[in-house]
Amino acid sequence: MSTETLVDFDEALTRYEPALGLEVHVELNTATKMFCGCPATFGGEPNTQVCPTCLGLPGAMPAVNAKAVEAAIRIGLALNCDIAEWCRFARKNYFYPDMPKNFQTSQYDEPIAFDGYMDVDVDGETFRVDIERAHMEEDTGKSTHVGGATGRIHGADHSLVDYNRAGIPLIEIVTRPITGAGEKAPAVARAYVQQLRDLILALGVSEARMDQGNLRADVNLSLAPAGSGALGTRSETKNVNSFRSIERAVRFEVSRHAGVLDGGGKVVQETRHFHEDTGITTSGREKSDAEDYRYFPEPDLVPVAPSRAWVEELRATLPENPTTKRARLQGEWGFTDLEMRDTVGAGAFGLVEETIAAGAAPQAARKWWVAELARRAKDAGVELAEVGVTPAQVAAVQALVDAGTINDKLARQVFDGLVAGEGTPEEIVAARGLAIVSDDGALGAAVDKAIEANPDVAQKIRDGKHAAAGALIGAVMKEMRGQADAGRVRELVLERLA
Amino acid sequence: MPDTPPSLTREDVAHLADLARIDLSDAELDHLAPQLSVILESVASIQGVAGDDVPPTSHPIPMTNVFREDVVVPGLTAEQALSGAPAVEEQRFSVPRILGDEQ
Repeated sequence: MSTETLVDFDEALTRYEPALGLEVHVELNTATKMFCGCPATFGGEPNTQVCPTCLGLPGAMPAVNAKAVEAAIRIGLALNCDIAEWCRFARKNYFYPDMPKNFQTSQYDEPIAFDGYMDVDVDGETFRVDIERAHMEEDTGKSTHVGGATGRIHGADHSLVDYNRAGIPLIEIVTRPITGAGEKAPAVARAYVQQLRDLILALGVSEARMDQGNLRADVNLSLAPAGSGALGTRSETKNVNSFRSIERAVRFEVSRHAGVLDGGGKVVQETRHFHEDTGITTSGREKSDAEDYRYFPEPDLVPVAPSRAWVEELRATLPENPTTKRARLQGEWGFTDLEMRDTVGAGAFGLVEETIAAGAAPQAARKWWVAELARRAKDAGVELAEVGVTPAQVAAVQALVDAGTINDKLARQVFDGLVAGEGTPEEIVAARGLAIVSDDGALGAAVDKAIEANPDVAQKIRDGKHAAAGALIGAVMKEMRGQADAGRVRELVLERLA
Repeated sequence: MPDTPPSLTREDVAHLADLARIDLSDAELDHLAPQLSVILESVASIQGVAGDDVPPTSHPIPMTNVFREDVVVPGLTAEQALSGAPAVEEQRFSVPRILGDEQ
C-alpha cells in the first residue's frame, strides 16, 4: 500500500511543533430536517423519510427549521462565540450521489456563530482552544457500495443511496489552529472532542453518539520546525469516529508528516482516511480541484438575523459551564485532584455523575467506571459509554454490594452478566447463584473442612496467633467459590479454635 | 468598484466545465470562452452604474427569519420517492460507480 517512512512520535516532537485543527459535525436531535418537515430520526426503512425538498426535486423550496437555528445559537453561546446579527446560507456545489441537489446548503463566510473558545483540561493543565466558527448545514444521504471486495468505494461496481439522512441538521464547529500542545497534542485533540461532547449533551441538542455518527470529527494536523512559529501544510483526516481514534490519528499523522519532512519532501494538502483496525491513515481524494466548491448565497432562503433579545433569551437557557460544574461536583463528591483527573481522563465524568444521581456513593461510582469498566472498554476496544453497562445498572450493582448481597469480586461477575445481556443485576445474582452465603450451617461445614485440611494453621490459631486465620478464611472462600461472608467466616474460625 | 471586467481564459472555462461535469470539445471551448467573457463585460457595466451607497444584494425581498416550526409533515412513500429513479435496488437509488478508473 504505502512505503511511507514513519518517525517515532517522541522523536518527531524533538524537531517539530504540531498544530491541530478540529472540525466537528454535530447532528441535531430535532424532530425534523433542516429545510423540510421530514422526520430526522435514525434507522427508518430506506427512503421513507424523504420529500421533494430533501430529494432535490425541481421546484421544491426549502424552509428553515426554527429549532435548528435555536440549537445553533445555543451551541455558539456555550462556546463563548459572538452570534451573527445577520447571516446567510450558501450553496456548496459539488457532484456526489449522496447530495441529490448537487449542492449542500451550508454557510460560507457568514457563520451564525464565530470567535469563541473552549478551555480544555488535560492532566490538570488548561489549554484554550479558540473556536473560529460554528455554522449550520445539512447532512448527506447514505451510500452503500456494491460489488467491491470489502464494501468500500474502491472497486465497487455501483452504489445504492438512501436519502433518509439527507437534510438532517448539522452544526459544524471549527477550531483555529491549536499550537503549543507539543507532546500533548493527541491528548488535547481527544479532550477537546470529549469536552465538546459533554457540552452538547448538557445542551440537549444532540444524542452526540460517535458510534452512530451523531458526532463526527475531522482532524487537521500540520508540523512546523520547532521554534519556527510557522504553520506547515496540513492533512485532513476525515470522520475519526471515537475518542481513542482521534488520539491515534493525531499520533500517526505526526509520525507520517515527520517522515515526509525529514526526507526533504513536502506534505501534500489532502484528505485522508483513518483506519480503525490498523491505526493508520491513507490518502483519500484523487482530484486536486475537488475542493473548488463555488459557494454562492442561497437564493431560496432569506437571511437569518437573530434579534439580540432572542439571543439573550437563549443565553438564559444555557446549562452550567462544564468547567465550573466539574469544580463544583469535585467538591460535592469529595474527589482528590488525581481522582478527578482520572475520572475525566477515562471519559467517565458524565457516567459517574449519572451513577451517583442513581443512588451510588461517589467513590463507589468512580471505582467501577474508572477501574473495572474502563478496563473492559479498553479490552473490547469500545468507548466507556458503549461498554454494555448503564449508570443505573452500576448503581444497582453497588446497592447489592452495600446490602451485603454480593461483594466486589462477585460484582465483577454481575458485570459479566450485564454485558452478556442476562437481565437486571438482581436477576443475574439469582440466575448465576452469586449471593453471599452468611448462613452458619453452610459456612460452618466449610470452616470445619478447612480446619481439618490445615491442622498446622489451626494449631497456630489455638496458640493465639489470630493473624493465621487468613489462611483458613482463604480456604473457605475457595471452597465456597468466593461467595462466603468473610466477616462471619472469621468469627466462626475463631470461635471453633478458641 | 472594479471597472475592468475579469476576462475568462480558455483554461478557466475548461476548469469550470470540468467542475460542472460538462464535457466540452476543443471547438466548443474556443467558441465559449470569448462568449462568456462578453457576458461578464455586460454584467460589469451594470456594476459600474451602482454607486457606493448601493450594497450588493443577494436577496431582492427585504425579509429575514422566515422559519418553519419543528413539526413533522408527511413526505413521500419510498415507492413515490423511487418512482423516477432510472434504477432501484433494495429500496435505494442505484447509481453508477462513483470513482473512475484512475485509482
